[in-house]
Amino acid sequence: MSYRYDIRLSGSGGQGLILMGIILAEAIGIYDGKYVAQTQSYGPEARGGSSKAEVVVSNAEIDYPKALKLDLLLTMNQKSCDDYYMDLKPDGILIVDSTFVKQLPTPRAYQIPFTRIAREKLKREMVANIVALGAISKLAPIVSSRAIETAVLARVPKGTERLNRDALKAGMAAAQKVKKISFPIAPAGFEDEDT
Amino acid sequence: MKKKSKKRELLLQGNEAIVEGALKAGCSFFAGYPITPATEISELLSVKLPQRDGTFIQMEDEIASLGAVIGASLAGAKAMTATSGPGFSLMQENLGFAVIAEVPCVIVNAMRGGPSTGLPTMPSQSDVMQARWGTHGDHPTIALCPSTIRECYDLTIKAFNYSEKFRIPVILLVDEVVAHMREKIAIDDEEDVEIFNRIKPTVPPEWYIPFEDTPKGVPAMANFGDGYRYHVTGLTHDIRGFPTSRPDEIDPFIRRLFRKVSQNFAEVQIGEFYQADDADITIIAYGSVARSARRAAADGRERGLKIGVLKMNTLWPFMRTQVEKVLRTSKVVIVPEMNMGQVSREVKRVNKGDAKVFTINKVDGTIITPQEILGRIKEVS
Repeated sequence: MSYRYDIRLSGSGGQGLILMGIILAEAIGIYDGKYVAQTQSYGPEARGGSSKAEVVVSNAEIDYPKALKLDLLLTMNQKSCDDYYMDLKPDGILIVDSTFVKQLPTPRAYQIPFTRIAREKLKREMVANIVALGAISKLAPIVSSRAIETAVLARVPKGTERLNRDALKAGMAAAQKVKKISFPIAPAGFEDEDT
Repeated sequence: MKKKSKKRELLLQGNEAIVEGALKAGCSFFAGYPITPATEISELLSVKLPQRDGTFIQMEDEIASLGAVIGASLAGAKAMTATSGPGFSLMQENLGFAVIAEVPCVIVNAMRGGPSTGLPTMPSQSDVMQARWGTHGDHPTIALCPSTIRECYDLTIKAFNYSEKFRIPVILLVDEVVAHMREKIAIDDEEDVEIFNRIKPTVPPEWYIPFEDTPKGVPAMANFGDGYRYHVTGLTHDIRGFPTSRPDEIDPFIRRLFRKVSQNFAEVQIGEFYQADDADITIIAYGSVARSARRAAADGRERGLKIGVLKMNTLWPFMRTQVEKVLRTSKVVIVPEMNMGQVSREVKRVNKGDAKVFTINKVDGTIITPQEILGRIKEVS
């Protein structure tokens, strides 16, 4: 039986969401060996404006390449959280960058200040996306930590491997911390009929 | 002898797969002007072509780009350019030149929303008719349209093959979704793929007749610089390449241009049926929308609707044989496209009242979703 796992990474242009999408797709597709389709949409501007990357995962060939109902939603700013929360499945995972997302649509959200971690711990705000990837690998059952690390190191510019590995580890550690704060999960078998 | 396989498993974007396909086909020359959503093709070839002793030139605009491509091809190189709607508009003049002078080349048009500058980063399928009739004068067209990353690779190779075989510019119409989408693809560099190279003259230079009619309709093509001197012009010419105004020379020339493609009509028809045998409702789609169609068909079948799909990879010449078959066997035919109805017009043209044809036209810069197709099916059946 084939399954579909739909992921959307969203925020504003310049936060590195498309690169995140590529790395995640590469980790799942090349290193974990599943079928993936990665798409994106963004505005004509390089920074600011809305940006999103989507990754669809399956064990069979993927027909529709864009995300349908979401199993995993990452929002890196308030607007994307407001815009896309409704696309999440009832048992889907919501992860927010709490540096920017202050109003949560549901108490069932993992809140991690990716940008603040990048800025304060790693001294480079631009690795916030890699911090988030680290967190995703711990919070969502869709990619192995090993695959994500291999994929990150294969994509980032030479000389930044250490910074990026630290960013990944910081994200994983932050995820382990929020995971301990438990919250109710939707009952099993409660599936959306559209998917 | 069994060849060693060197498979590379890669996560590639449509544009990157086009580059891989072009290199596999033997492309050694690229001239272009960057434009979203086709820029990655230029970007990547600017690195890869020089590594293989090929040539990459960024030109001042798209008119010059296709001019350079035509020149390179006349000198013997397999040449291509890549652009999007605004640039494709500028190329129309030289496109006609490539048709009349019978210069093989490949033009990639990554379709974005138009008219004019339109929607640089958003998908559309609105250049289908421009690919067919954009350049003036009566002429045949071959236009191919991929919907997966694998097809980006395979159809680029086919585009080069057709252009070399029939001495015609071939257009690869990709929509932005496919151009920028990434999927896993396994490329085997040692794989034996059919690569066609233009037929060269076997006669000595003084016997060479550059635009001679042959049973296939495709004259042998000598490289400029190889000692075969001949005249190339945009004027309607005689078999020696010189301008003519003799009706008895003009007519066979224009008819031969058409015959090159019409004689090989079946060969250039690429498409695929999905669960079409027992389908009451068939969706005819191409590009990224063909993927929405397959999803809609799968979801519909789960609800007991007998839906099939005809995915078109060849847009021109129009796949009338396959479309007619669908029209005969289905009660309802749905043609979803990201334009106001360019392929549906052709479907309606060949429909002899066999099936009801309905369109879905989406022009808001986003892809047609499976739900929208299913919604339309419920509405009309």
